[in-house]
Order: sequence, then structure tokens, then C-alpha cells
Amino acid sequence: MMQAYKNHESIAALMARSNVDTDQIIPKQFLKKVERSGFGAHLFHDWRFHADGSDNPAFELNNPAFAGARILVVGDNFGCGSSREHAPWAIADYGINTLISTSYADIFYNNCFKNSILPIVVGRQVLDVLMDEIRNNEGVKFRIDLEDQQLSTPAGTVATFEIDDFRKQNLLQGLDDIAQTLQHADKIADFERRQQEVPWLWAD
Amino acid sequence: MKKTMYEKIWDAHLVHEEVGQAPILYIDRHLLHEVTSPQAFAGLREAERAVRQRRANLATLDHCVPTKDEERRFIKDPIARKQVEVMIANCKASGIPLYDMQSPDNGIIHVVVPEHGFVHPGMTVVCGDSHTATHGAFAALAFGIGTSEVEHVLATQTLRQKKSKTMLVSVEGELSAYCTAKDIALAIIGQIGTAGGTGHVIEYAGSAVRALSMEGRMTLCNMAIESGARAGLIAPDEKTIAFLKDKEYAPKGDGWEDAVAYWQSLASDEGAGFDKVVRLKAEDIAPQVSWGTSPEQVSGVDGEVPAPEDFADEGKRKACASALAYMGLEAHTKITDIAIDFVFIGSCTNSRIEDLRAAAEVARGKKVAAGITALVVPGSRRVKQQAEAEGLDKIFLEAGWEWREPGCSMCLAMNGDTLKEGERCASTSNRNFEGRQGKGGRTHLVSPAMAAAAAVAGKFVDIRSLS
Ligand code: SF4
Repeated sequence: MMQAYKNHESIAALMARSNVDTDQIIPKQFLKKVERSGFGAHLFHDWRFHADGSDNPAFELNNPAFAGARILVVGDNFGCGSSREHAPWAIADYGINTLISTSYADIFYNNCFKNSILPIVVGRQVLDVLMDEIRNNEGVKFRIDLEDQQLSTPAGTVATFEIDDFRKQNLLQGLDDIAQTLQHADKIADFERRQQEVPWLWAD
Repeated sequence: MKKTMYEKIWDAHLVHEEVGQAPILYIDRHLLHEVTSPQAFAGLREAERAVRQRRANLATLDHCVPTKDEERRFIKDPIARKQVEVMIANCKASGIPLYDMQSPDNGIIHVVVPEHGFVHPGMTVVCGDSHTATHGAFAALAFGIGTSEVEHVLATQTLRQKKSKTMLVSVEGELSAYCTAKDIALAIIGQIGTAGGTGHVIEYAGSAVRALSMEGRMTLCNMAIESGARAGLIAPDEKTIAFLKDKEYAPKGDGWEDAVAYWQSLASDEGAGFDKVVRLKAEDIAPQVSWGTSPEQVSGVDGEVPAPEDFADEGKRKACASALAYMGLEAHTKITDIAIDFVFIGSCTNSRIEDLRAAAEVARGKKVAAGITALVVPGSRRVKQQAEAEGLDKIFLEAGWEWREPGCSMCLAMNGDTLKEGERCASTSNRNFEGRQGKGGRTHLVSPAMAAAAAVAGKFVDIRSLS
């Protein structure tokens, strides 16, 4: 079920890599699972862990300063590759609810909204400034205000971002696709009543 | 206004439309299997939502099930076993009929559903599998969906959908002997490319399409997705009606006449406009063999493997070069000089009774070439039973083939049936992507008769020369 997205101030982790694809976000050996939950443990698996299963200290998210981060600042074209919805499942399950980049792959971007993740798009210069702020002050917290479409930092950077209004309202209210469609439940019921007049549609 | 078949089906299922939002479309039939549905059922439970229309659903076990009889009683792979157990529990809890491995109706979802007449012309049909387009053979708007959408359909019996553009693919004339629906499908993709149909729903028409059996039409529509199209459709005719008559889920009694009258009203209106039109001549289509790692990288069996320089487009040049490297092929090799290690006859594209008959006709009395593993995986229990009643199993077994239980098997190689690194396979399935049949495995897509001929010769042969 979708959670409502609230304004928050959280640690921003930095992953200055471009073209991160969904196979890196969640490698395909984890796709046979029957649950939607629990993918966070495998997020960025091949980067995050050594072959023997121990943590790779060189990997960004293993930096202790980023523990508990809810915001992830990443390079261009994040989420490209296979359309698997397991990628946003893994990100959300890990605890991240906000991404900041210059661009995302199309399907991935859409899938974020189905999983209460806000993918913020900023310009190149703003992204560079944000990345520098994190480098200079690891563990820094950014403030995200979805209602006003604004992000701000302790160093005084303030940036506004664009987001489709329909999506914004859904995030704020925690409305998932199903809940939105069920707002038209009366119309679906009407349709089904009309269908009853065509009894041969059903065998039983 | 004159309407295409797609527009008629679309209009008949529109539940709600409003600016700024994708329209809500009613879904008549929802098909399920064990791999893409467990998270959807879990989501329903978490949100305390129920399955809205139990009787719109039908489920099978096919993607990860073993095809060896002795392995079906206890699946060794613990994750596959879990998927099967969870599917059984989900179907039981929600009252959805499931053709489990013990059922005489078990098989690949897109093979068993038509066997039961569960899909009728004019319906909307979805499944968490991209080859759902198969059911377009029955003039149903059928397409694959993702896991969130599976949950959406279970809960609301609808989907939010953007309307597609329309594309007419017309194949006129008569196919030469030994050319099949598979060859038409591959020839179309070879011509328009894997993105040629993107954003469109294809309607297949023309005398060569009408001449196809229902099985052939299913093969053709099955591959619509490989040309990038959302779905494929073929207008209903007397073959469609005869196929559905008396099937378990077919309309009965007075309803039958009403249904047939409705089905006959579905064909595109004379003069209705399509956004794109492609025409092929059936006479020009030779038996097809894919040489690369995309279904558009295909040639007539009388042709040769191209060189990267043969392509004007930069992207296609690169794709050709990397395909040749992966496939271990030299440019300008004659297709009939390509030797194989493995033959797979199966998948929802080509595992119906007609496919097995065509392959058996070629295999009869001829041994599989030395060193080659050849596998027949019937699409369903019913197909298997019918084939055994006709003695096809004996023809295959005597010729040195393996005769298996139904399932997706080497179409996606998730059940343990896989190629080894570097092995080359003549396959009747639908995707020749890198690693599709096993890491490092090399797939050549062909028709069942071509696959059988390759098994005998140990390399591709032009079956037209065998007669
Ligand atoms: S046979 Fe292949 S394409 Fe068909 S349903 Fe199974 S996995 Fe999908």
C-alpha cells in the first residue's frame, strides 16, 4: 500500500554515477522471490557486497555517514535497462523515498510514483552544487518540501522542481493507482451491470 | 464513423475517461501464472482488497515447472517450488481455477486458454506475460502487463490504458509449401523491425492470413510483441467460430447465436483508416532463420549471415557486429552452413498439435544427427495426449528425440532446461536474446518443420529441397 509523502529533512547520500541500470539496482538472481518486500537487502547487491557476502566499504551506501539516508543524489539517466518493478521496490524497501538527478529512464520514473518514491529532477548546475555540498559535509541533511516543490540545504541552496500535479497530489495523499481507479467504482459497477445483459460472456 | 476492429473493442470497454488521466478500460479475462502474480496477491492482502471478478480469471503453472515427469512430483529448485506453492495457495484462497501440474488441463497459459474457449472475439484479455498477444488470433484485444497492473486488474477488473495507434499488416497471396505462420511472423519483423510496431496495435489481414488455421493465427499474433506492437488482431471468421463451438467456456444454447452475431460485427469497417499500413507478398516469404540476438535479425534459409557493412544505419551496424560476436558467426556464412547442437520444439509460439504434426512429418523415420540433443515439449497435456493418440510420440522417440511434459521450458530457461555456454539451438520459441535459453546459449528462431529438419541434418536445411 502507498504511504503518503510528507515533507521531511533527511540525510542525503551521494552516488555520483551515471546510467545506473535496473540490473545493478537489483540483479536478476533475486527476481524469483514471491514477495514484494525484502528487496532492500539486495539493493545494489553486486556493488554493495564482496563475493563472500561481506560489505564492500568502498561502496557509497556503506559509508557510515550515510546511514539512515532517505534521499539519494545520483548521476544522469538513473534506472535505465529492464522494466522490472523490483528496482523501485528495492529502493523503497531500503528506506529511500527521494531521488535527485538530472534525468531518469521513463519506465523507472513512472514506477517510482507507484511506490511512494519522489524522483526530483534538477538542472546540471544545481546537481553539481548539491553533490559538492555532500562531499564537503558527509551526513548533511536536505529538506524536501513537496507541497511547495522546493528543496533546501543548510548551506543555503534553495531549488524548486517541477512535478506533474496529478502525481504530486497522489503522492501527498498516498493514493495508489488502485485507490484512484476505485474512486470510479460506481462506473465500473455500471459497466458490469450492462455486461449482465450479455449473459453469454460467462459460462457459469 | 468507420472504425477498425481495435477501435470497436476499445470503445466497447471504456469505463471512464477524463482529461489529464489515462482512460479506464474494462478487462474481460485475466490469465495468471506463478512468476508474475505472487507480489500482486500479496499487495491485495496487505491492502485488504478482494479479487473483484473471480470468474474472469484462469491460472496455470508453466514458467518454472520441470518438464521431466519424475521431477514434477517434487521440484528441486527451492525458489521455483515456493513459487508453485504460493500460486496454489493464492488460487485456492481466491477461488481462481488453477490447472496445476497434476491437472489433465495443465500447460502453457497461452496454449491452455484457447483449448478451453476461455477467450472470445471482442474481449479484452491481459496476463503478466508479454506473449498474451497470442489471443488476438480470436479477435480479442490481448496484451501483457506488469505486476502492479496484475494487482490493479485483480482489484478493479480494469486497467488504465493509453489508446494505441493502429497498423494494418496485410499478407496477400499463397505461401509456398513448407512455409508457415512462424515464417510470416519472422518475415514481418525482419521487414518492419522490433520497434516497427511500437505504440500500435496490429491487425493482420490478407488472403495468406485468412488461409491460416487457428493454430497458425495464434503463432502469428504471439509474435506481434516482437515487432514492438502492443497487441495483434485477426478478424473472426468461420474458422474462429468453428474452433470455439462447444468448448468448455464457449457460449451455450441461445447465447451462442447472439454471440456469433456479435463476433461477426467486429471486423474493421470497409474503408476504416489505419495509422500505418504494411504489405507483404506471401510468395516472397521463404522459411526463416534468425541469425542474431534480436528477432529482426532474420534471413530466408536460402540467404546468408549479413556483415555489419550491409546496414546503412549506424545502430544496426553495431547491433549486427555484436550479434555476430555473441552468436559466434562469420559474416557471409550461408544459413545452410550453420551447424547446431540442440533443437527445441515448444513454447506458446509453436507447441500446438499442428506444430508437432509438422515436425513429426519431417522427423519420421530419420534419426537425429549424432551429437545433437533434440527436445519436444508439448504446449499442454491435451496437446500431448492428442499427439500420443496419433502416435507422434513414437515417431519422435524412435528418431532419438526426448518427449517431455508441458511447460515453458527452454523458451525462457527458468525451469532448469537450458543451453550450456556456447551451445547453438534451433528453437521454435519467440526470443533469441542473449542468454534467453541459458547463459552464453545461441538461439536461432525457426518453424517446427525447419527445427526438425535441422535435427536430422545437424545444420539448417531448406526444407523446400527435401520434398
Ligand atoms: S512459452 Fe515463453 S513466451 Fe510463452 S508464456 Fe512461456 S515464457 Fe512466456
